[in-house]
Amino acid sequence: MVFAWALILLVIATLAFHFAALYGLFGDPWWFTEIASNWKTMDQTVNVTFWVTGLVFVIVNLFMAWTVVRYLHRKGRTEKAAYEPENKKLEWWLTIITSVGIAAMLAPGLAVWAKFVTPPADASIVEVVGQQWAWSYRFPGRDGELGASDMKLVTVDNPLGVDPNDPKGQDDVIVTTPEVHLPVGKDVKFLLRAKDVNHQFAVPQFRVKMDMVPGMVTHFWLTPTRTGEFDALCEQLCGVAHFAMRGRVVVEEQAKFEDWLGKQPTFAQTAAVAKGDADAGKAMFATCTACHGAEGQGNKELGAPKLAGQSGWYIARQLQSFKHGVRGANPNDKYGQQMAPMAQILADDAAVNNVVAYIASLPDTRPDASVGGNPERGAKLYATCSACHGDKAQGIWATNAPRLAGMSDWYMARQLENFRQGIRGTHRQDFHGAQMRSMARALKDEQSINDLLDYVHTL
Amino acid sequence: MAFVAIADRDHEHALHDPETFIRKYIWSQDHKVIAIQYALVAIGIGLVALVMSVLMRLQLGFPDTFSLIAPQDYYQYITMHGMIMVIYLLTALFLGGFGNYLIPLMCGSRDMVFPYMNMLSFWFYLLAVLVLVAGLFVPGGPTGAGWTLYPPQAIAPGTPGHGWGIICMLASLGIFVVAFTMGGLNYVTTILQARCKGMTLMRMPLSVWGIFMATVLGLLAFPALFVSCVMMTLDHSLGTSFFMPAVAQMGGQTVHSGGSPLLFQHLFWFFGHPEVYIVALPAFGIVSDLLSTHARRNIFGYRMMVWAILAIGCLSFVVWAHHMYVSGMNPYFGFFFATTTLIIAVPTAIKVYNWILTLWKGDIHLTVPMLFAIGFIFTFINGGLTGLFLGNVTVDVPLSGTYFVVAHFHMVMGVSPIMVVFGAIYHWYPKITGRLLDDRLGRFHFWCTFIGTYSIYLPMHYLGILGVPRRYYAYSDAIDFISQNVHIANEWISISAVFVAAVQLVFLFNLAWSLKNGREAGPNPWRSTSLEWQTPDTPPKHGNWGKDLPVVYRWAYDYNVPGAPEDFVPQNVPPGDPRAGNAPAGRDHGVHH
Amino acid sequence: MSLTVAYAALATGIIVWLILVRKLSTKSWEAAPATAVDDEAPRWPAARVGLWVFLAVITSLFGLFVSAYYMRLSGHHGSGPATDWVQLSEPPVLWLNTVLLIAASVAMQAARRAVRTGGVERSKTSLMLGGLLTLAFLGGQLYAWAQVRESEFFSAINPAVAFFYLLTAVHGLHLVGGLYVWGRTLARIRREDVEVIDVRLSIELCSVYWHFLLLVWLGLFAVMLST
Repeated sequence: MVFAWALILLVIATLAFHFAALYGLFGDPWWFTEIASNWKTMDQTVNVTFWVTGLVFVIVNLFMAWTVVRYLHRKGRTEKAAYEPENKKLEWWLTIITSVGIAAMLAPGLAVWAKFVTPPADASIVEVVGQQWAWSYRFPGRDGELGASDMKLVTVDNPLGVDPNDPKGQDDVIVTTPEVHLPVGKDVKFLLRAKDVNHQFAVPQFRVKMDMVPGMVTHFWLTPTRTGEFDALCEQLCGVAHFAMRGRVVVEEQAKFEDWLGKQPTFAQTAAVAKGDADAGKAMFATCTACHGAEGQGNKELGAPKLAGQSGWYIARQLQSFKHGVRGANPNDKYGQQMAPMAQILADDAAVNNVVAYIASLPDTRPDASVGGNPERGAKLYATCSACHGDKAQGIWATNAPRLAGMSDWYMARQLENFRQGIRGTHRQDFHGAQMRSMARALKDEQSINDLLDYVHTL
Repeated sequence: MAFVAIADRDHEHALHDPETFIRKYIWSQDHKVIAIQYALVAIGIGLVALVMSVLMRLQLGFPDTFSLIAPQDYYQYITMHGMIMVIYLLTALFLGGFGNYLIPLMCGSRDMVFPYMNMLSFWFYLLAVLVLVAGLFVPGGPTGAGWTLYPPQAIAPGTPGHGWGIICMLASLGIFVVAFTMGGLNYVTTILQARCKGMTLMRMPLSVWGIFMATVLGLLAFPALFVSCVMMTLDHSLGTSFFMPAVAQMGGQTVHSGGSPLLFQHLFWFFGHPEVYIVALPAFGIVSDLLSTHARRNIFGYRMMVWAILAIGCLSFVVWAHHMYVSGMNPYFGFFFATTTLIIAVPTAIKVYNWILTLWKGDIHLTVPMLFAIGFIFTFINGGLTGLFLGNVTVDVPLSGTYFVVAHFHMVMGVSPIMVVFGAIYHWYPKITGRLLDDRLGRFHFWCTFIGTYSIYLPMHYLGILGVPRRYYAYSDAIDFISQNVHIANEWISISAVFVAAVQLVFLFNLAWSLKNGREAGPNPWRSTSLEWQTPDTPPKHGNWGKDLPVVYRWAYDYNVPGAPEDFVPQNVPPGDPRAGNAPAGRDHGVHH
Repeated sequence: MSLTVAYAALATGIIVWLILVRKLSTKSWEAAPATAVDDEAPRWPAARVGLWVFLAVITSLFGLFVSAYYMRLSGHHGSGPATDWVQLSEPPVLWLNTVLLIAASVAMQAARRAVRTGGVERSKTSLMLGGLLTLAFLGGQLYAWAQVRESEFFSAINPAVAFFYLLTAVHGLHLVGGLYVWGRTLARIRREDVEVIDVRLSIELCSVYWHFLLLVWLGLFAVMLST
């Protein structure tokens, strides 16, 4: 008896849970995110499936519970079990009813799928390029066509591997941050490419998603139906930082979208960026020497880290971040707040590049260690970091990971703590910082940070 | 040209009784010993995987607390946990464990037809396990590529264990396939050729049918895993490009070019889908026997049950790409595979109905095996129904890559078959050891496991519906739609998981304790009709049947036959025997047509 | 891929049919007719059934390799035929090897026929010959490997080359396994007190296995020649 009651209670509990989730009785909603695309029919198919399967779940389980009650062997029970090897009529009826139920779910599923496999001919094209562990995007530009691309052409200056010899590629708009904008109400077909391993571009509010496979171009299409900002997630295991691979899709009015698009560089423009002038940079760097030292070696008392030897693209990006308040705006970031006005002194991109070029010419001397810990434990912790930062902590441009070896360890300790606490990396435009935040939270306490940095010092 | 009948040759080449301890319990060719060896190793490695899952859940439930789990470790655990559970525990236990023990006994033969190869299959299996475990100790640690081992990431930097770890895994799988083939040839050939007199195929218990079909599937499907492992090893070690396309990795180019990652996926899932039926079909067969024995009623619709097993087996070869709907394969394939996948639901549903109809009008004894059997039905209904969501291509798209998938496959692979494993162990332990497992501990074990696993996986489905992705080490606050509820749910699931894992210790204790202290069971404590309970000795001795092989006169489900004095008539009772009552074997007992 | 699907479906279909022949539709709870209890005609020996099942497994294995071959050959959707597939010109020694393998099968068949008619001595000779010809085949395969290694086509990333080595290696390994059984059979047949009936089955199964692997080789060779 108890068992039958347990079954009935489980059925009731399941239904209760389901409806509580559906109607948001748990506080925050626990159902599909509010849809932001034209694929409402997917939601409807899901609902049909819930109804059919829900009915079966309830009926069959309650029948089973009833059976356990009715036919339970009790002491003194004389009723014998019925000997009934089969009942063809009953079995055929059950088969037919089941088949009808199956067809009822399959039919809408296939009908919606027929729409999925036929993107509208006039859909606008956006290319999404996935790599370990970030997203980039490319728009076809004024000529409406994407230029050819090839993995063999990928370099630090041409991260999407666009073919410079293809005229169609010259006006392609390149977006190297993980945030992409789309105009609301317009059909868009996503062309998906991957540089290294399988990834998957998934925005739950859009419902549709697809893997990107290196060597292929895959696609899916949708029509964004409401404005908003939506998280883009990677949903195909792509390595150790899979969970930290984030992007954002901003759906907005056509005018604002065109505004945004206009601000992004074309491929031709990215190729034409002038190399930094170290001599011009020397003059600008004079201001920085006050804190960072004449040779950019850093100054612990003033909180200024070593710059010499650091990857140029990383310094450039940090300067831009400080300039635009993406980094250093948090009230708890004492030193970051100091950097913001310093970065403003650099008037434009050319100035930034010049300073970076000069820093690259400075001598690179290893600082002394000031953080002590257990390097063996640190080595184990570092295993995860090595995926982006390299086995020798030398930094890898492809994964947006700066050099760590031979840099100021006290500074790295502070940054890791800042990431852990959300003092750095929480600005909406700081994608790389957000990624570091995810990774830094794997270090659960100060001891872990110290162990890690002690190990990095040995590299 | 006449060949001597098997039964007679049997006497000529009678298995010589092993004499020494080593020959009896270590290098043994006796199927019963081999079965226990398989079971012990499988449970042992399964416990390792269970601990890994607890560690994973601790990270997911309490992300800021546990410093021993870094992202690298987490991905290594999910990979090892998945591969161990699916292949090294479930497949080995159901086929190497239960298959080895039950087939000769249920078919009335003395042993498997190739006992030496049977013994080798166990030792190869153990070797495969050792090579897998070696991966835990190699530089770089074991592979963290996910149990599906997709290239390019499985052999690319950025994935843990992409050096030695993946080699250990691939080598181990290759050795396992060899072991499985050796065992599988035994199971299939024994069932086809060594059944005793009177044991026609349609008189075999469904346990044997389930294991038989599963073995056929395995023999045909494991080669696909073998092929993909060999080719990936070559890509990794010799620079071939079967699966590896040209990539720009970590800023550099690789040597490979032109390979197809999708080719791996097709090969893997061509194996992978039949694999889940290799686990499910023996469970289906065994649970049928548990239900009918403990409800004192014939299995309802035996013929349909057999046909359903065969149909599910055949169909399982044409549904594999439902694991690949969003893989980037030609989207038009979605139509075909969604259709075949939903068709395979029909014979599966029929089996569920027939199980419940076996209980209907039965005489249900709620013994511990019966509790687990009904627990199986309940959880399988849940898991099977969620499969209908994921099989339907349109519904799969928003749900794939989320926790809905994780919840589904744990229900149908991790909860329901494990219910059957437990039920089967409680059921056959008295045959294997001569003693019953403790009843109260068994009930406690059942209730905690049943309610506990349901409380783990029910909420998990809804995490998936919300869109929470799977294979994520942590969910930072940067994801907008992941609310506080998700973290609370993860905590709840983790606590339940730790609880369920801990309760299994009770079961292990029961297994060990009852060996010496369990109630003596006698030869047939459950009063079951099938042949394994009719051996002259309990536990059965080497050769199983004593001097003469049994002869079978009836099917395996003569429970409560009208006119019989007792509520069961064993298979080897001839017509005219008083135990058959005044209704001889097989008279039409008012069967409906 | 469709090749293997067809094979798997066919294989399971055949199994189902075979079982239907054994009457899957009997109502086993009913009284069986008196004759049926004594079941079927004399059964095949277990070893023969085991071998045929094993052949089904090997067919699945090679079917999958060949499927993979064709799928890799055709490249993947959206990017056209594989551009890195440079056709390999098969070393001519492979033709000789094929003849050797055919001869080996003929010898095995001769051994089988001989032992059937009671000519143990003759079958011993044919059996030995079969094995030696197979060893010659394997030697020839190794020679072919060396030739490809030296040729201009050799490159690890060329899938034609990779498949050449892979397919011939897997086939060769199966032959090596067969040679192990051959060796044991040869040892048995040479013993003085050998019972013909014991050896008859082994020789029969050896010859079946050899014919099968010959068919596999012919298939692989044809596939490689034509692409």
